[in-house]
Amino acid sequence: MTTGEQFTSHEHDVIVIGAGGAGLRAAIEASANGARVALICKSLLGKAHTVMAEGGMAAAMANVDERDSWRVHFADTMRGGQYLNNWRKAEHHAKEAPDRVRELEAWGALFDRTKDGKILQRNFGGHRYPRLAHVGDRTGLEMIRTLQDYGIHQGIDVFMEYTVVELLKDGERVCGVVGYDRERGRFHVWTAGAVVLATGGIGRAFKITSNSWEYTGDGHSLAYNAGAELVDMEFVQFHPTGMVWPPSVKGILVTEGVRGEGGVLRNSEGRRFMFDDIPDLYKNQTAQDEEEGWRYVTGDKNASRPPELLTRDHVARCIVREIREGRGSPHGGVFLDIAWIKQKIKKSEEHIKKKLPSMYHQFKELAGVDITKEPMEVGPTTHYVMGGVRVDGDSQMSRVPGLFAAGEVAAGLHGANRLGGNSLSDLLVFGKRAGEHAAEFAKENTRAKPSQEQIASAIAHVLEPFDRSSGENPYDIQHELQDMMQEKVGIVRTESHMAEAVDGIGALRSRAANVIVHGHREYNPGWHTSIDLANLLIVSEAVARCALDRKESRGAHFREDYPSKEESHAGHNTVVSKGADGEMHLERRPITPMPQELGDIIEEMK
Amino acid sequence: MAQGLFRIWRGSGEDASFEDYKTEVSSGMVVLDAVHQIQAESAPDLACRWNCKAGKCGSCSAEVNGMPRLMCMTRLDDLDLDQPVIIEPLQSFPHMRDLVTDVSWNFETKKKIKPFTPRKPDAPDGTWRVKQRDVERVQEFRKCIECFLCQDVCHVLRDHHKHDEFYGPRHYVYTAALDMHPLDTEDRAADLRDNGGIGYCNITKCCTKVCPEHITITDNSIIPLKERVADKFYDPLTKLFPIFRPDKPKAE
Repeated sequence: MTTGEQFTSHEHDVIVIGAGGAGLRAAIEASANGARVALICKSLLGKAHTVMAEGGMAAAMANVDERDSWRVHFADTMRGGQYLNNWRKAEHHAKEAPDRVRELEAWGALFDRTKDGKILQRNFGGHRYPRLAHVGDRTGLEMIRTLQDYGIHQGIDVFMEYTVVELLKDGERVCGVVGYDRERGRFHVWTAGAVVLATGGIGRAFKITSNSWEYTGDGHSLAYNAGAELVDMEFVQFHPTGMVWPPSVKGILVTEGVRGEGGVLRNSEGRRFMFDDIPDLYKNQTAQDEEEGWRYVTGDKNASRPPELLTRDHVARCIVREIREGRGSPHGGVFLDIAWIKQKIKKSEEHIKKKLPSMYHQFKELAGVDITKEPMEVGPTTHYVMGGVRVDGDSQMSRVPGLFAAGEVAAGLHGANRLGGNSLSDLLVFGKRAGEHAAEFAKENTRAKPSQEQIASAIAHVLEPFDRSSGENPYDIQHELQDMMQEKVGIVRTESHMAEAVDGIGALRSRAANVIVHGHREYNPGWHTSIDLANLLIVSEAVARCALDRKESRGAHFREDYPSKEESHAGHNTVVSKGADGEMHLERRPITPMPQELGDIIEEMK
Repeated sequence: MAQGLFRIWRGSGEDASFEDYKTEVSSGMVVLDAVHQIQAESAPDLACRWNCKAGKCGSCSAEVNGMPRLMCMTRLDDLDLDQPVIIEPLQSFPHMRDLVTDVSWNFETKKKIKPFTPRKPDAPDGTWRVKQRDVERVQEFRKCIECFLCQDVCHVLRDHHKHDEFYGPRHYVYTAALDMHPLDTEDRAADLRDNGGIGYCNITKCCTKVCPEHITITDNSIIPLKERVADKFYDPLTKLFPIFRPDKPKAE
């Protein structure tokens, strides 16, 4: 054990971990509420995974279709989540998203416009009306840059390229964090009255993912280790359209916007296979034929959406079916074709380049494919985790006093499945709420103090891999874990595979406890991987255990051995937490019944 | 499969030097894939920034065979693999270790530029009405992913080290995006002249050449900003008759 390691101390009111959309928004809000804020992020500012978001931000502003309202948005979100959502969060989200979009505009974001100069909204899977505020297909970049450029003038202390390794507690309460700077490997301790986790997701637990390296479940693990509950972890969203070729870019996202603009999915026989399997829940809202689908994407309010715009889980499974049954494309995907719209509109090439500039660029440069002329090859990719830290629907506080979570790391809004476009609005709505309530909590509670022992032991723990004289390469274990999760806890799940995964994760955990890291502490990716690995193992175990317990198929969770929805699983969320014995404990938690007026909305919109 | 030879700048300070690594290459691979493979196989402590691996975040900037590039968007198919692929860190910023440089100057510089200042909302619903063509006019600048390749190639920074008195192409693009924002009311001309050093730019267009987002940095942002400064401070006619060139409306 390395002892006597020096560290630098910092004092703040609120610590925000993660500087994507949710973290930046939380930091801005906490600061606006008078808190001294530390914003700690693993990357440079403005590089977080939010930049990758393409399609847009869902908000019922009714700029394009006046029939839209928060009530419709609420019902759509609950239907998408198969009613496992935290209805309070879904209500806040639907009501507050329009204000958050307008606020972003007031801070400098520029969205595409309607003819009368309002913010334009586009169609997206699962949303009844055109609802996504967007700018081309780079809405995430617009959002993060706006928050960044506004945020740097708000007196927030930004710590770029730092990793947080442990939450510090005083009794039950969170009172600070321990971390190190990635550039030099020196330790830092921040104390504060409240901590907001905004660390994003867990995509790196899988082999094929659209997520960046940062998505290693850090916030999930920090919260879990500090005593918070994780909920809905069985629900991992596989986006139906990721790139499948060349191998090195496998998994990179192809925005749903391609389908929103009229892109269609075809198998090797040229058939639009999405028309073959339309779930009952969506029968009334889906186009009868190709012509109606086209009318919908071109703005005909009387048309229903094409089946390509059904929920992501369904589209992903249909694609898997086509590939498995031998009707896939040459590189193991299916075809996504936007070039066909040349039959419908003049100057289609210019139109595609204007509406989907990043996609055009991405395929041209990485795959040598011109999407205005030829179809893309696409297949499912790990995209988003609906599960996360269980938080209060109003304040975003976990069961650990002073510990808040917002964005992808927090659970509840999306239930069993997230609708496209609901993520960017989630970041803003609940980033703001978390920042506001964290600042308030810090104000109302006297400052707690971390123990020197906890700090010393946290630091010693992360330095252990340097001290060993022999051990495994952390990369090898990470790759094995990713392969296993992809194969055994992926899009299509069965009892035996998942049970193997749970055992396998246990074995990998023992091996991970003995990894060795060579070299220095300055920007050492091997060392960083050894730390990420511990987090990935926790979230992987949570996903596998929750998935094993839910003996049904619902939302993003699909089981070959239980292919239908079961009433016996309709009324509970799956919750895991760390027991006194250090093991992961699982519990089925009944869903609190929603108030009459919300229930009425759902009935009315059915 | 074929082997590729990669000559990578390793170490820090005076001790840094090139080291050679061999790794297998396959069709469709990009330079960043090769770097990752080398990390996993033989150099676990090889320092390099990256994030999205899709050309959207601008983290993995480096010089590949002497050209400033995003490693994630540089395909090995386009390089001559009979020669070693030379990978070096950016040259305009202090070197830290291996392929990582200290780019914090960029973040400090941005803070000096007056932020977005919108005019008062003037639509009945308390927001603004904006024309699509006004949105499109600034889209080009807002595509910037802050990879800082333009800063790397700019001789004012790279060779003359004018970091204290020059914003660099990235921040001219940023200023242009603010100045041409349909709602913005701020005047940044004096700052551009006095603190931004826009006069140092002699329009060699190197920045435009290396921009991975294909932003026409020089023609569309730097030259109009230079004109704005010239009009405001050096045009004898407007000096005499300021009425011909009224300032932008003031924020209320």
